[in-house]
Amino acid sequence: MELLKGIFQYPFEEMANGPAFLLQVLWEGFVAGTLYSLLALGFVLIFKASGVFNFAQGIMVVFAALSLVGFHAAGLPAYVSLFLALAVMGALAWTVERVVLRKLVNQPDLILFMATIGLSYFLIGFGEFIFGGEPKSMITEELGLPTGSSVIDIFDDIVILQHLDIAAALIAAILVIGLALFFSKTRIGRALRAVADDHQAALSVGISLNQIWAIVWFAAGIVALATGIMWGARSDVSFALQIVALKALPVLILGGFTSVPGAIIGGLIVGFSEKLFEVYWGGLLGGGVEGWFAYVVALIFLLFRPQGLFGEKIIERV
Amino acid sequence: MSLKTVADIATGEELLHVDDISLSFGGVKAIQDISFDITKGEIRAIIGPNGAGKTSMLNVINGFYHPQVGTITFLGEERRKMRPYMAACQGISRTFQNVALFAGMSTLDNIMAGRSLKMHKNFFWQMFRYGPALNEEIEHRRAVEEIIDFLEIEPIRKTPVGQLPYGLQKRVELGRALAAEPSLLLLDEPMAGMNLEEKEDMSRFIIDVNQQFGTTIALIEHDMGVVMDLADRIVVLDYGKKIADGLPAQVQADQNVIDAYLGVAH
Amino acid sequence: MFYREAGQFKTTYKADQAIFPIFQDRMAIAIYLLIAFVAIPVFGNDFFITSMMIPFLIFSLAAIGLNILVGYTGQISLGTGAFMGVGAYACYKLTTIFPDINIIVLIISSGFFSAVIGMLFGLPSLRIKGFYLVVTTLAAQFFLEWCFIRIPWLYNYNDSGAIEVPQREVFGIIATGASATPTTRYLIVLAIVVVMTWIASNIIHGRIGRAWMMIRDMDIAAELMGIRPLNAKLSAFAVSSFYCGVAGAMMVFFWLGAAEVESFDINHSFLILFMVVIGGLGSLVGSFLGAAFIWILPVILRAIPRTFGLDINAATIEHVNFMIIGGLIIFFLIVEPHGLARLWGLAKQKLRVWPFPY
Repeated sequence: MELLKGIFQYPFEEMANGPAFLLQVLWEGFVAGTLYSLLALGFVLIFKASGVFNFAQGIMVVFAALSLVGFHAAGLPAYVSLFLALAVMGALAWTVERVVLRKLVNQPDLILFMATIGLSYFLIGFGEFIFGGEPKSMITEELGLPTGSSVIDIFDDIVILQHLDIAAALIAAILVIGLALFFSKTRIGRALRAVADDHQAALSVGISLNQIWAIVWFAAGIVALATGIMWGARSDVSFALQIVALKALPVLILGGFTSVPGAIIGGLIVGFSEKLFEVYWGGLLGGGVEGWFAYVVALIFLLFRPQGLFGEKIIERV
Repeated sequence: MSLKTVADIATGEELLHVDDISLSFGGVKAIQDISFDITKGEIRAIIGPNGAGKTSMLNVINGFYHPQVGTITFLGEERRKMRPYMAACQGISRTFQNVALFAGMSTLDNIMAGRSLKMHKNFFWQMFRYGPALNEEIEHRRAVEEIIDFLEIEPIRKTPVGQLPYGLQKRVELGRALAAEPSLLLLDEPMAGMNLEEKEDMSRFIIDVNQQFGTTIALIEHDMGVVMDLADRIVVLDYGKKIADGLPAQVQADQNVIDAYLGVAH
Repeated sequence: MFYREAGQFKTTYKADQAIFPIFQDRMAIAIYLLIAFVAIPVFGNDFFITSMMIPFLIFSLAAIGLNILVGYTGQISLGTGAFMGVGAYACYKLTTIFPDINIIVLIISSGFFSAVIGMLFGLPSLRIKGFYLVVTTLAAQFFLEWCFIRIPWLYNYNDSGAIEVPQREVFGIIATGASATPTTRYLIVLAIVVVMTWIASNIIHGRIGRAWMMIRDMDIAAELMGIRPLNAKLSAFAVSSFYCGVAGAMMVFFWLGAAEVESFDINHSFLILFMVVIGGLGSLVGSFLGAAFIWILPVILRAIPRTFGLDINAATIEHVNFMIIGGLIIFFLIVEPHGLARLWGLAKQKLRVWPFPY
């Protein structure tokens, strides 16, 4: 009985009694959700264009952030470092396309997936080899990102909004809109959508697969850099992030592997529900449920709707 | 040509009866109000232009698609909504339009796989590959060898099927379907993409299966010459509707069929 | 020259259905077993046995388990580490509750616990295919890891949160705990691995293994041939997790001696998956080759700077290790996506016709 109340009654009472706290929790959820969305966005870009499930996206985030911090630590000004970090992501995209993707065309999905795991191992080793294994702090102020916070009085209580989080949400929004415009309005965007639909048909009308792949990986690299800056500003830059990066998977399950709006909405759903569950219900289970909650949500969701939120019902053919 | 007479078929025992079947995917109507029957021992052909709903019909018969309307009666028993493996249990076996062999396994294992339903020895014996499990394995190997012999594919017994040429793959697939000793064998375009000799071979096997084992066969085929020769009776579908049903000669002369294949002057 | 099957005629189907139809193969197996059971315990030093052979065998068993799932049934799993953990914690609890029962019996029994958990998390595989399944196994991985931390009963309310292996005897010989000799532990592990490999090979070559491969190669066709996806997939999950569970229990009891949740984290899931893919999907030999490659290569890499007298700090070597392994994985996938087992097979094929090219 007490347990049932713990599940169905007390959490809601708590929400009603502390609306400001609820708002704060929702805001935290929103911020976490934005980051998940950004992560998932990187996955979606690559999956759409090359059908590769890029396990290394999380590592790319860390790698991008590490390069940025690393260049700055070497004495370069922040904006030069930012530019150089972008160049590193470009070089990475080009190399991956040359060395990995081009050689693995037409291999089964599992092989490509494994290759990206191999890539992430390589990047972890490479990153730590060059920049050292210890966690680093992001150069937030040097990049001109706001660091203060606003306190809002509401419901006789206060809600604290970090300016950095607001900036993160704004940057995420700009990035998404930018990408959406790029893919719907430009020639390369059209080529990319053609490639996503059918590789061979795209090849036959003269679209260069290799070029598209490199561009898409570069785009994913830009997204990774943005994610890395935001994430690094909230905690440190270290490869421990890769475990958190796996959360992009449940996000993708909810939103669908190929849908950009799906990634955004999925990320927000995961962010909100995870924070709410952790704060209001997690105590029942002893806390620390954030580690698996998203996966379980995705799992249950899959059982009822295997095609994802926006996918169409799959008709199997023989 | 089959040796059965028209009278045989007319009086033959009914094996399968589909009644007023309709199937749609979303708004697309794949099959509308189709009824026909299959008599024991006959070769029944389903023909029609592309997209007429032939493969969908086979999928309905072996339980892969579930029609929204209509009933299917197999061996005198009306069928509930079912999973495909249940159809296999009842004795319906099939081949596929695009070869659907188990690419990672050898010819032998593929045909052994067809006998899955007949092998039951439990996990304990399987673990030690001893006693009943081993005996069962060998007994079925013997049966499989007979099929290999019948289809004349002895040399490729241990070749992984992925490495075989298309014509042979089709033959192995027929072998796999036969291994289940079905009472109804569904063949989805068994001769698609074959050259003349391969078609002749395949036709011979189909007739042999029908006459030696007495297996009832329902087949989809595009080669009209082959169909007219092989089939005892023919159903013609067009845009998901049945437009003719009868003996080859009747169907051939049917105005609707001619229109469907050649187009109508409007 | 020596590896010829010419002249070995099969007169019964029984002889032809044997798992090693070629005489020389049977001889080779006998020789390997002889080396493993006699030569290594007699000539191997403690470092070689403890740091190389025991973990190699244990990881091979886990790789066989995962290979059953990924290589034979085609269901991707990233939960191997956690399933190994279930076996380890189950064995620990069992030996706490029943201290007098033979530890080998308990190790095998702990496999059943992970089999049940594995089946539970395998249930979604009936509706979910491909990469989507990765998510359900990740759910298993993280949820189980959380359980290992949050349920203190599992580690007997130790302050450290770790499970420590108590001393247990098998027929009067100390088999587990700090005072067990490496050779004893090695021989027990070897015996279990050999028997379980033999059983795995039997299952795979029989009716059940064929059903798994049918599901892997063409699930729709398999179902239309009368295979119930429920039975085939769940049995694969059960057998696979059983193997992983036993491997996990052995890992703690015969190798590490003590373990906490880090020993079963997602990196171990990856490690085993690498072994399976590098070794060769759908090959038992490959599981051994992959385990040897992934486990023994880093040991050698760590030893190289020392032999050349170079003074490189341990962290740097570890980073270089990561790079080399990551690079090799990509290299292998490009050069031979079917893994070491395919190279092994090609080598045997060449040997068969040697000295002629074909």
